[in-house]
Amino acid sequence: MNTSDPRRPYVRPMAGWWRRNPYFVEYMVHEATALFVAAYALILLVGLLRLAQGESAWNGWLEALRSPLSVIFHLVLLAAISYHCWTWFRIMPKTMPPLVVGGKRLAPGVITACGVAVAAVCSVAVLAAVWGATR
Amino acid sequence: MKPAMKRSNAPIFWGLFGAGGMLAALFGPVLVFVTGIAVPLGIILPADAMSWSHMHAFAQHWAGKGLLFVVVALFMWHAMHRIYHSLHDLGVHAASATRFACYGLAVLATLLAAGALLAVGF
Repeated sequence: MNTSDPRRPYVRPMAGWWRRNPYFVEYMVHEATALFVAAYALILLVGLLRLAQGESAWNGWLEALRSPLSVIFHLVLLAAISYHCWTWFRIMPKTMPPLVVGGKRLAPGVITACGVAVAAVCSVAVLAAVWGATR
Repeated sequence: MKPAMKRSNAPIFWGLFGAGGMLAALFGPVLVFVTGIAVPLGIILPADAMSWSHMHAFAQHWAGKGLLFVVVALFMWHAMHRIYHSLHDLGVHAASATRFACYGLAVLATLLAAGALLAVGF
């Protein structure tokens, strides 16, 4: 950036900045969950396109989901998106406006725990709905 | 006379990021489990839970259509907004090119999802 400056001022190198501090490593890891969310959205998008193309196209997509490689990849997706869930609610006390209950600001841990609990309830509800609708 | 301040479009992208992130946090893990593990392996849920007749009927219903669209589009908007800002953190500086690529992919996915759901019919 300053290579043409005859004074050659010192510019602190920024390459690999996040590897120097475990806090930033964790930051980059939880930001990287976005890659897995995008991958899952694309898998579902392909499914929607196959569904629009008809029954045999849809069955081909279902067959691809049954391959061992796909199941392993979905286990990775499950781990990454579960980590997104945990970090999302861990950060939520900082991203939402302060919540005051009974004159006291709600503790960050309570907000995180509530978020994770709601996610658990949603998960059970979806499983129950799919089970009820398709058994 | 004061020049009119240009309104920022950041809140729109931030809003889509937040909505998609919340949706992915609440429903992402269970959806991955259902579509990618439980149904393909036939554990917990019936193996034919995502059969053509089930999923075609689901995608034809207005509620199913809406759910599928919201999940695909918002997951994509969430992810692409985050990737756009992470590229900046990694030294690929926020410029109109990375912005266009990231948000452009999200727009493309949104339009394809809408097109597919309309093609499935009502």
